[in-house]
Formats: sequence, structure tokens, C-alpha cells
Amino acid sequence: MDEVLWAAGRAGGFVALALFTCTVLLGILNRSGRPVAGVPRFSLTLIHRNVSLLALVFLALHVGTLLLDPFAKLTLTDVVVPFLGHYRPFWQGLGTVALDLAIAVVLTSLLRHRLGYRAFRLVHWLSYALWPVAVAHGIGNGTDGFNGWFLGATVVAVVLVLAAVAWRLSAGFVESARLRQGSAS
Amino acid sequence: MSSGTVLHIDWTRCDGRGLCTELLPHRLGRDPWGYPLALDADSDPTNVPLAAADLDAARDAIRLCPMLALRLAHSTR
Ligand code: SF4
Repeated sequence: MDEVLWAAGRAGGFVALALFTCTVLLGILNRSGRPVAGVPRFSLTLIHRNVSLLALVFLALHVGTLLLDPFAKLTLTDVVVPFLGHYRPFWQGLGTVALDLAIAVVLTSLLRHRLGYRAFRLVHWLSYALWPVAVAHGIGNGTDGFNGWFLGATVVAVVLVLAAVAWRLSAGFVESARLRQGSAS
Repeated sequence: MSSGTVLHIDWTRCDGRGLCTELLPHRLGRDPWGYPLALDADSDPTNVPLAAADLDAARDAIRLCPMLALRLAHSTR
């Protein structure tokens, strides 16, 4: 049973991280306002939302199983307050920070019509902090952190996100950027 | 015909991301900068009249608009 919990805990963490990577990429794609490969913009928005919710489910699985796991010795406090854990407290604390941020980002997204645009966007920006923190937690805290396959997958994810962020910051990022710039000058 | 309900576009918020245009292709086109444009040239560009059949798509657009720039309103004319 313990073996199962441990395996599920690790796998849940890995899948959650992979899904969070996808949702960051999808979020940046959404922000550009471009449809991709015939998939309309509103579908991309829905996919972005649903992948995020799925990531949260796997995150719950990751944390839930490790709460029950006798070796991880995770306590309910560790789920909310970072850096107090028994096992590699710093790296585990990063996981707690990522979890708390993920909950904040998802909740404010679901409630954005009530919160208003400003509050939603402010919290949503935290996604850019959440993701690297979660990656660091995966490498530093995970027992697979320096395994070839995990490291390889992490490198691919980091390269993809860095490329997406570079695109995000480039001048032609928004769909009608060129026209809008042309008309402004 | 018109349902008496209009899609109100808040131009101070709209960033021309084009989701509403995809969901309401019979009501909205896009100007060259990507902003939504009422296809019926006579209608008020800020309060686009909706037929009853448009209401579901309009609600989707309101829900999904990334800038929260849309809402339903009642026609004033
Ligand atoms: S979906 Fe919202 S931001 Fe995009 S064009 Fe329509 S009103 Fe503007």
C-alpha cells in the first residue's frame, strides 16, 4: 500500500507539472489572440481553462497521497505553510508555495466575473512565479529530480516556456500588432 | 428578429482579441485592428442588437471575453 501511495504521489506531481507547463504555454498563446491550426480562439481559452483544472486535480492527488504516505511525513500544516517540513524543508516549501499560488490563481480565474478584471489579472500574473517554483520543487524535492528522464523532460519544458515568454515579449506578439503599431506612429 | 436585448461592448476594456467575433459570426465582424464591428451597419456599434437565437452564443462570449468587456443590456431604441 505504501508503495502505491508513493508511486501515485510521484506520478501525480509529474503529471501536474506537465499540465501546468501546457497551461502556461496555452495561456501565452491565448494572450496573443491568435487561433492555431484551425482551433478557434474561444476553444483555446476553454482548453487553457480545462487543462488548468485538470492540473489542479493531479496536484490534489500528488499532495493527498503524500499526506497519507508514512515516509513523506507531510502534515496538514505543510500543505499551507511552507518551509516547515521534515524532508528537505526548503524544496518541499517551494512545493507548498506553488500549491498555494495555484489555488489562488485558479480560484480568482473561476471568480473573475465577480472579482473584476484588475484583481483577476494581478493574481493571474503570479502564474509566471508559480511555474518556476514548481519546477524547482520537482528537481530539488523529487526523488527523481536528477534522473535522466525527469531532467530531460524538465529541460524540454523550460526551453518551451522560455521560448514562449520571449515570444510574449517580442514586438509582433499580438495578432494585429503590426497594424496597431503602424497606426500609432 | 431582434430580441430587445443588445450586446454591450465596453470599448474602454475591449482589446480586440476576437473571441466574440468567432462566437457571433452573424452579428460581428472585425475591423482591420481586430476590434469587433457590428455587421449591420445601421446598428449602434456599442449596443449590438441580438436575435433570440444569438443569446446563447452571446452568453458564451460574455463568459469567455478575456477582458470582461461584454455584457447584455436592454435595447434603448
Ligand atoms: S472578446 Fe472581448 S476583448 Fe475580444 S474582441 Fe470581443 S469584446 Fe473585445
